Amino acid sequence: MRNAFIQSLLKIASQDGRVMLITGDLGYLVVEEFMEKFPDRFLNAGVAEQNLLGLATGLAEAGFIPFVYSITPFITLRPFEFIRNGPVYHNLPVRIVGIGQGVEYGMNGLSHYALEDIGVLRTQPGLTIIAPADDAQAKNAIEQTYHHPGPIYFRLSKEKTTIPELLGNFTLGEAQQIGNGRDFVIVSTGAITTEAVKAAQTLSDWGINGTILVVASLAPAPEKNIVNVLAGVNHVFTLEAHYITGGVGSLVAEIIAENGLPVRLTRFGFTHLLNKTVGSAASICAENGLSGDKLAARIQKVLQNA
Amino acid sequence: MEINIIQNFSYNIRRIILERSYQAHVGHIGSALSVADIIASLYADVLNIDSPDDPSRDRFVLSKGHAALALYAALCLKGWISREILETYGQDNTLLGVHPERDLPGVDFGTGSLGMGMSYATGAALAAQLQKSERRVFVLVSDAECNEGIVWEAAMFASHHKLSNMYMIIDLNSQQALGYTKDVLDLTPLDQKWQAFGWDVHKIDGHNCGEIISVIKDCRNNKKQPHAIIANTKFGKGVSYMENQIKWHYWPMSAVEFHQAMQEIEQ
Repeated sequence: MRNAFIQSLLKIASQDGRVMLITGDLGYLVVEEFMEKFPDRFLNAGVAEQNLLGLATGLAEAGFIPFVYSITPFITLRPFEFIRNGPVYHNLPVRIVGIGQGVEYGMNGLSHYALEDIGVLRTQPGLTIIAPADDAQAKNAIEQTYHHPGPIYFRLSKEKTTIPELLGNFTLGEAQQIGNGRDFVIVSTGAITTEAVKAAQTLSDWGINGTILVVASLAPAPEKNIVNVLAGVNHVFTLEAHYITGGVGSLVAEIIAENGLPVRLTRFGFTHLLNKTVGSAASICAENGLSGDKLAARIQKVLQNA
Repeated sequence: MEINIIQNFSYNIRRIILERSYQAHVGHIGSALSVADIIASLYADVLNIDSPDDPSRDRFVLSKGHAALALYAALCLKGWISREILETYGQDNTLLGVHPERDLPGVDFGTGSLGMGMSYATGAALAAQLQKSERRVFVLVSDAECNEGIVWEAAMFASHHKLSNMYMIIDLNSQQALGYTKDVLDLTPLDQKWQAFGWDVHKIDGHNCGEIISVIKDCRNNKKQPHAIIANTKFGKGVSYMENQIKWHYWPMSAVEFHQAMQEIEQ
């Protein structure tokens, strides 16, 4: 998704002189082409993420559209108060680009994992939050929203991801649907949707047919789409590369409660502190029951006991 | 501009600070009085601002947001906010809180969380350079604000990028909320710290409007460095019982204290 991001950014920067890229000293083999093509609009501001957000606020006030880039926790959690008092409070078009969804920086450990960024940032009124599920959707989302007047947080996957069924579709405030089975619904966000697709395929092989609702636009939330997809469904599952608190699982819980929907909810995501061992993202996901096969088994078990 | 006009502007800022904080029964009086002469010099003379929404205006960031009342006074004296609006200070549904809100005409950046204004100012100065604009960016920080790490992140950035259109004025009143800076977190040698960070450092009397204005003029000749103007000030300046007293960081005035303060600033 990093490549999709930079290709989109090159495209919009060539059309609009307000677009800038500011990195916190990250993006090796990602940012170079931008740096060469737009040297005046590229900046490595050093390893100083709080200042990145403050700078971007000052630049945006003067009419620029700065994209600030780093690894997700560094660009969301470290400067959280700057996001709040800067682009959010002033309603300025700063683009916060976090690389890494969940445990994608596997071997690097908890410091590099993105596990609570959605939860933290979803509290901020007026902050658009977009977590694309694959490269094509990321490209579409970035290009469609770049001139949005307020701030946007893009939660991007570190990996190249393709979900052909999505067709790269993205609309702000709406979700995208894959399949239309009614035995279960998975509401999923981000690249971990690939595991939801695998799980749905496995379940389909077992004669259990469901629907995946892909929520890339976490804020504004696709409330109508979620309410509609849950009509007549007994059980909904949420899937996210995030702690189960604050992210898409919480979002769906809020929508169920506020709309009084008669549906049970099971949230799949990280449920405990990941401070014991490290490993590849795939191994950590499998260990936490978030791989396609494990998800299929967990969903089948829940449906059997219903 | 003639110095007595600027001094009169200062006097009026002090008068408004006392009147409004007394009416609203709000503190932060000492911090506002400390910067009254700096704000007066900026608004009566230094800043090029035809109107608060002119994109080519100089920017001013009150990074020490708790001195907002001094800024409101200046905005009112400039005619950008009315007397009626000024009188809503500290009331319900006002735009004039203890810290500046961005929706108030003349406020470029809302502040209140110390250090952030420095970072906004750095971005604003970079923007002016990228846009090849002559506009300048002034940021007023408190000495204790230099406790914040962000101040030094921004300091490194501004000097690395030679943001010579950036003017930081430090209100060196040597005290902070709970004590004197030398006892809380010693800043000395502050001038050497800023020099080491690559800034063009000047030490001045922060209550001498003529000196404030002339040092800013002199800074124009240095096109290679951002400017740090370390302004020696007296906390609570102009009101004898407030000067250098920790209590007046938060304390509001009684009627007796208010009348005494008004008499003292007349002199």
